[in-house]
Amino acid sequence: MLPAVKVEHLWKEYVVGQSHDRHATFYDTLSNALKAPFRKRDETLADPTKFWALNDVSFDVEPGEVVGIIGRNGAGKSTLLKVLSRITAPTKGRVEVRGRLASLLEVGTGFHGELSGRENIFLNGAILGMSRKDIAKKFDEIVAFAEVEKFIDTPVKRYSSGMYVRLAFAVAAHLDCDVLIVDEVLSVGDSAFQEKCMAKMGDLSQGGRTVLFVSHNHAAMGKLCQRGVVLQFGRRMYDGSISEAMHFYNRSTRTSSIGLSATLSGDLQRAVTFQQLTINEAAIAPEHPISPAAPVVFKLRAVSSIPLDEFRVTFCITRHGDTLLGLHDALTPNTQPLGFFESTVVVPAFTLPPGDYGVDLNAYSNRNGQWMLAKGVAQFSIALEWHEGYEPSHAMGAFNLATPGTRVQLGGQIA
Amino acid sequence: MSGNGKESLVGNGLTVIEPRVGFHMLNFRELWAYRELLWVLTMRDIKVRYKQTVLGASWAIIRPVLTMVIFSVVFGQLAKLPSDGFPYPVFVYAGLLPWLFFANAISTSGQSLVGSANLVSKVYFPRLIIPLSSVGAGLIDLLISTGVLLLLMIWYGVPLTLNLLAAPLLLVGVVFAALGVGTLLSALTVAYRDFTHLTPFMVQIWLYITPVIYPVSMVPKDWQWVMFLNPMTGLVEAFRAAFLGKAFDLTGIAISFAVALIIFLIGVAYFERVERRFADII
Repeated sequence: MLPAVKVEHLWKEYVVGQSHDRHATFYDTLSNALKAPFRKRDETLADPTKFWALNDVSFDVEPGEVVGIIGRNGAGKSTLLKVLSRITAPTKGRVEVRGRLASLLEVGTGFHGELSGRENIFLNGAILGMSRKDIAKKFDEIVAFAEVEKFIDTPVKRYSSGMYVRLAFAVAAHLDCDVLIVDEVLSVGDSAFQEKCMAKMGDLSQGGRTVLFVSHNHAAMGKLCQRGVVLQFGRRMYDGSISEAMHFYNRSTRTSSIGLSATLSGDLQRAVTFQQLTINEAAIAPEHPISPAAPVVFKLRAVSSIPLDEFRVTFCITRHGDTLLGLHDALTPNTQPLGFFESTVVVPAFTLPPGDYGVDLNAYSNRNGQWMLAKGVAQFSIALEWHEGYEPSHAMGAFNLATPGTRVQLGGQIA
Repeated sequence: MSGNGKESLVGNGLTVIEPRVGFHMLNFRELWAYRELLWVLTMRDIKVRYKQTVLGASWAIIRPVLTMVIFSVVFGQLAKLPSDGFPYPVFVYAGLLPWLFFANAISTSGQSLVGSANLVSKVYFPRLIIPLSSVGAGLIDLLISTGVLLLLMIWYGVPLTLNLLAAPLLLVGVVFAALGVGTLLSALTVAYRDFTHLTPFMVQIWLYITPVIYPVSMVPKDWQWVMFLNPMTGLVEAFRAAFLGKAFDLTGIAISFAVALIIFLIGVAYFERVERRFADII
């Protein structure tokens, strides 16, 4: 049997930072267009402000399959659904959809407050692609499902918000289609209505429809879907049974979220994600104090969704809120290609005196003029312990440099 | 409903989604498949327009009549502009009908896409439906105000002639001109918000280069063809000829129709070209 949806090497590029392509003034475009023939070609290549929201995504969905798309915010779920619904065009790749596709990215799209419930049912139905005849046929069913019989001729701006979303969902739930795309619309109404929505969704998927489904409500997903696709940074990271997919997702978020207490700032966050920091091979916050005689090895796993020029990561060791040391992962900033990378810095033994320390992470790209800072990523402590080669006097300053001075004997007599 | 795929249709009910590059011609089949949506959106625009106004649909009459009265006083009585031998109020009102429809259509359709950002970013349908429905919603006003013209003609004793039979064709002409400019402006406004500010200004200037308040006959004969390069010149003049029984200036009308058609093709072609980017930049 031919797949209902076939996604082949799908890429979608977006521009980071909004000033370049969005709402450009007419003058800019005009002057660019006039200058273009005189400009050398390579100037227009490889723009570092662009990133891939979808990065070579491929999968097939068989007819009647109910697939959950799982991923964190910004993983590319909504972009994928928008490309599948033809709201936005892919940059590269190809999608084949067999049968009539309907997508529900929002409930109540096109609802107009001044119009009555009845008028809005026809309006919204038409926007979602239903014919007038279909809507008329299902009209009573829709009204009954939404429980708004008494107010059907009242303008919807007088509806309570609950009535409004119930009506909106009711129209969408009665869509006739072969492939249904649903984005996070089950979290509407009170809990009783949510159960009704869930039941309706269950019916829809039982009825042999192919459904692609995005939700952060994993309980709902586990019930409705058979299969899960995990997206991360625009890539398909896992594809398998829904329980396996959720397991994968939970595991990956646990290790990849860099200390939830960390405060992130800076616009480079859009491109770079710090995934995991280890200190001496241990996960964040080693339970035991580290011996002063051991070097402290910081390893950061991260991923970049765009190539970065003149890029460098700096590990900052802090104490009582002051930064003591900044250690760079590269002597001079250099090019970082798209993808996963690992940065390592080592604090030599006997550098840090006993005490409690914190770690901040800082990354910047000179050429792009972008940076990000993650404050309070991890804590560790150096033990107060006697050790060969260790003198308490080492701990006189904030930290010790392992570069001793010299002392030579001078001539001359003491009077 | 199988087969409303935008890019290409292979076999039964297969939609292929691919990057869009280069030039694409309008997909009439798809547009036809969405005709009900066009109707529903047009009706929405009409229903909503006069909601919560005290005077309601009578605005469709008040606006052109008031404009006519002001123009008659300023340009007819004070400036004493010629009016091809017709009473100035009838003369100016007959010109105002197509003009107001056109001006209103291009202003509302110019803003229509930006105003429907929530639709554009959440649901797929041929985007052309949006400016089309704004132009369509103006037609009802045009019909209402045409009724007033007939009353005016009876009042001033201007007889109806067989020329009136040309009116439906002229209406098609005005609609095409308005669709062309309207779709072009709506697409441009999505990308460049400058047009939000530019359009009202443009409409104002356009009124003065269109023979609404004065007749084309005021312009030296050798230069009249330049006037007709403005599609609204031919259409306004022809409207007058149709209603007031004046002779048609066929050359002029032909020029204007040709320009209107060219603008329409450019407008739709540009719109189609940038359509798929709307959701990303709106």
